Amino acid sequence: MRHLLNPLDFNVEETNRLLDLARDIKDHPGQYAHKCDGKRLATLFYEPSTRTRLSFEAAMMNLGGTVLGFSSAQSSSASKGESVADTIRVVSCYANIVAMRHPKEGAPAVAAQFSRVPVINAGDGGHQHPTQTLADMMTIRQLRGSLENFTIGLCGDLKFGRTVHSLISSLIRYPGVRFVLISPPELRIPDSIREDVLNAHNIEYKEVERLEDVIPELDILYMTRVQKERFFNEDDYLRMKDFYILTESKLALAKKDMYILHPLPRVNEISVDVDKDPRAQYFTQVQYAVYVREALILTLLNLV
Amino acid sequence: MLNVDKLNNGIVLDHIKAGNAMKLYNFLHLDKLDCEVAIIKNARSRKMGRKDILKIEGGLDLVNLDVIGFVDPDITVNIITDGKIEKKKLTLPKELHNVISCRNPRCITSIEQGLEQVFVLTDEKKKVYRCRYCDEAYTWND
Repeated sequence: MRHLLNPLDFNVEETNRLLDLARDIKDHPGQYAHKCDGKRLATLFYEPSTRTRLSFEAAMMNLGGTVLGFSSAQSSSASKGESVADTIRVVSCYANIVAMRHPKEGAPAVAAQFSRVPVINAGDGGHQHPTQTLADMMTIRQLRGSLENFTIGLCGDLKFGRTVHSLISSLIRYPGVRFVLISPPELRIPDSIREDVLNAHNIEYKEVERLEDVIPELDILYMTRVQKERFFNEDDYLRMKDFYILTESKLALAKKDMYILHPLPRVNEISVDVDKDPRAQYFTQVQYAVYVREALILTLLNLV
Repeated sequence: MLNVDKLNNGIVLDHIKAGNAMKLYNFLHLDKLDCEVAIIKNARSRKMGRKDILKIEGGLDLVNLDVIGFVDPDITVNIITDGKIEKKKLTLPKELHNVISCRNPRCITSIEQGLEQVFVLTDEKKKVYRCRYCDEAYTWND
């Protein structure tokens, strides 16, 4: 039995196969409409995330399956003090596959240790968010035709932004990917990513503070939100939340074929004026996320 | 010269970096043992200048070699059985179970009861261990 806890749980070949399947689902949705008939997905969301939860539910419904679960810790037995280990043992009796979001880092890994069904990490604190990464990779591949030889700028909260960590770890496995890391000094990528991922694999990257200085060299601009829930101190959050805002004037400096991605939700880091620019692809990304989650469910349930 | 009784059956941990004997004593939970334990601090050493030594009466089951390897793989472990000495070579353990605890307040280990603390060796050169759950790094120098 396999789980998806970290994007690196799938090697490059397996990732490519999954992205191929996602593309086929996109092109021929009817062929997959009953693949999960009689199967149940449990969505165990210990912290609110409307988007990811609905995306997982839509994915399962598109495949003909059904869904059960909870959408906050308050509405689960965690509020009574039940452990993750016990919850997953119980839910394993009700569902064929589980998607878990938890504010604590590593909670889905604990779940996988005790589960009798595949567990998908749907985001664990500031740690990993592998299905968002798969969605990001599908979007880049669909837009550029390949995951090789391009420059990606990651902008905003690179310290707590788990989508950023997962995406970097995944993309370094493809040749010719160059990283431009744009953040205030306080929100730079953690040492574990800089040392163990980028430096350890001799990946070309640079760390800068100003988006305007580097936007002309980017093929992909990946914007992130400074997330209030990741800060212990509200003053730090307030000081940094408006550090980067992508506007039409900054975008004017970018290549004509640079694409803008964002894991969403957006607060104000991308001005709404940018939405009408054909380079803004964050809503396409949302659609592709459903296809990759469908592909993932089918893969983990051995239905392909 | 300080005189500590010769062991007939026991373990001698030699060449401990001076000052580390008490850390090792605590890591190995030697305070919980009923047997004789001798701690020799700042002993003269030709190789190291000064060193610490721990002498523990009893069998190898009393100590976790992984813990000693984690603290310092260069420590010499002498196992004495009926007066005969056997040297045991240490390596950095690949995994540590319930030896150190994750200090990341966001880690699931901070709230999940009964969960084993597991650290995995991710960089042998720099001696970096990471929490299996949240990837938080721990090094001996911490």
